[in-house]
Amino acid sequence: MSAQINIHNLKKSYGEFQVLHGIDLEIAQGEVVCVIGPSGSGKSTLIRCINRLESFDDDSEIAVDGIAVVPGRALAAVRAEVGMVFQSFNLFPHMTVLRNVMLAPMRVRHSATKDAEARARVLLERVGISEQADKYPENLSGGQQQRVAIARALAMEPKVLLFDEPTSALDPEMVGEVLDVMKKLAGTGVTMVIVTHEMGFARQVADRVIFMDGGNVIEAGPPAEIFDNPKEERTRSFLHAVLDH
Amino acid sequence: MPTVNTPFTVGAYFFGGVMDLFSTFFNMPVLMNSLPQLLSGLLVTVQIGITSIICGLIGGLFLAITRLYAPVIVQVLVRGYIDIFRSIPLLVLLIVVYYALPFVGIRLSPFFSAVTALTLVSAAYTAEIFRAGIEAIPYGQFEASAALGLSNRHTMVDVILPQAIRIVIPPLTNNCINVMKDTALASVVAMPDLLKQATQAQALSANPTPLIGAALIYLILLWPMVYVVARLEKRYSRGR
Repeated sequence: MSAQINIHNLKKSYGEFQVLHGIDLEIAQGEVVCVIGPSGSGKSTLIRCINRLESFDDDSEIAVDGIAVVPGRALAAVRAEVGMVFQSFNLFPHMTVLRNVMLAPMRVRHSATKDAEARARVLLERVGISEQADKYPENLSGGQQQRVAIARALAMEPKVLLFDEPTSALDPEMVGEVLDVMKKLAGTGVTMVIVTHEMGFARQVADRVIFMDGGNVIEAGPPAEIFDNPKEERTRSFLHAVLDH
Repeated sequence: MPTVNTPFTVGAYFFGGVMDLFSTFFNMPVLMNSLPQLLSGLLVTVQIGITSIICGLIGGLFLAITRLYAPVIVQVLVRGYIDIFRSIPLLVLLIVVYYALPFVGIRLSPFFSAVTALTLVSAAYTAEIFRAGIEAIPYGQFEASAALGLSNRHTMVDVILPQAIRIVIPPLTNNCINVMKDTALASVVAMPDLLKQATQAQALSANPTPLIGAALIYLILLWPMVYVVARLEKRYSRGR
């Protein structure tokens, strides 16, 4: 069985500084993968390469659903299949919540306004903000905005969802509501790659946890193995630093 | 022998002076006579102004987007254009367009000479305004659009420009005021605009009242726009 996301020898540099040192990774359809690691370890860069928000070296290969992630027409096809949720939400501030969710299906999939709206309302219901549909993003709390961002990504019916530290910009009391929405998504068949600092969430939801450091995948495995029985010293010291205090 | 300035004589001089002032600068019969001429000039001024403003806005938006996203060679050319037309005095450009271009076979009417010169310069300024507006949009908006699979065109039209235009409305309005004011330069290429009509009426009546009338009409035309800009600036500096 071929994986849904194939990453082979992924290398990326900012000038002299190499951020990713040839990463190999396969992610199966429907799998929920949490990527953890210290800041600067390259975990955000890794997932931003999957939909090519970051360019990468020419001899590196990423394929989503068998489509190579290279600049050009194919890239639009990949991006339509791969949803992304950002740390800073990045909602469109000049549109209502409803329009935010409707825009991409209308423009990219050429959905009729009526259909896009019906679907947007269903999705907003699903993330628990149907009453806020006609408000503007600035009038919503951070947690609500991030849930709208998830609905906006879901509106394209993506096969893959990328989460780039989705709760890091939130006030602590709002983290739970966003994680709850993500938990409900896990197991619905959508492949999820989540960069997170929420270790409890990763342990509970992930099929596989990937620990990165210094631009390399140090260790990967089921959450129980990574959290309870890490093999690598670097994983142990990281987990020690984030968990035991 | 020095004159003794009693309060009475001072008052008489002053009164006489004021009367002279009025009959010279605010001569009602002269003004009434020249009013139709001034108003036809106003119409021409407004026509030149609005045509140049619209062409300048379209040209400026095009230049801004080319300068930001076109291939590097084109970007360099656009940048050169913008710098040149922001540097050249409008009066010089206008005279070049009207008096020099005929030597290479390009003959533009006074109206099109004025509109061309004003548009070329206004587009350069407008391009810089739009560019600043587009660059002020957070990068996350571009990324979110890209991640959703929106094309470059939809990213611009649906996401970036609606936000950028909001930011640049005050400076754009300011630029419109400048274009309106600069239409007065068209009078040097024999365009019967407001200023030209006023100077002609002044020559005809041997009285400067039509000029004062024209100045007042410019004020009445532009003061509200200045007021609107101030309001817009206040509103947009507070946020939405």
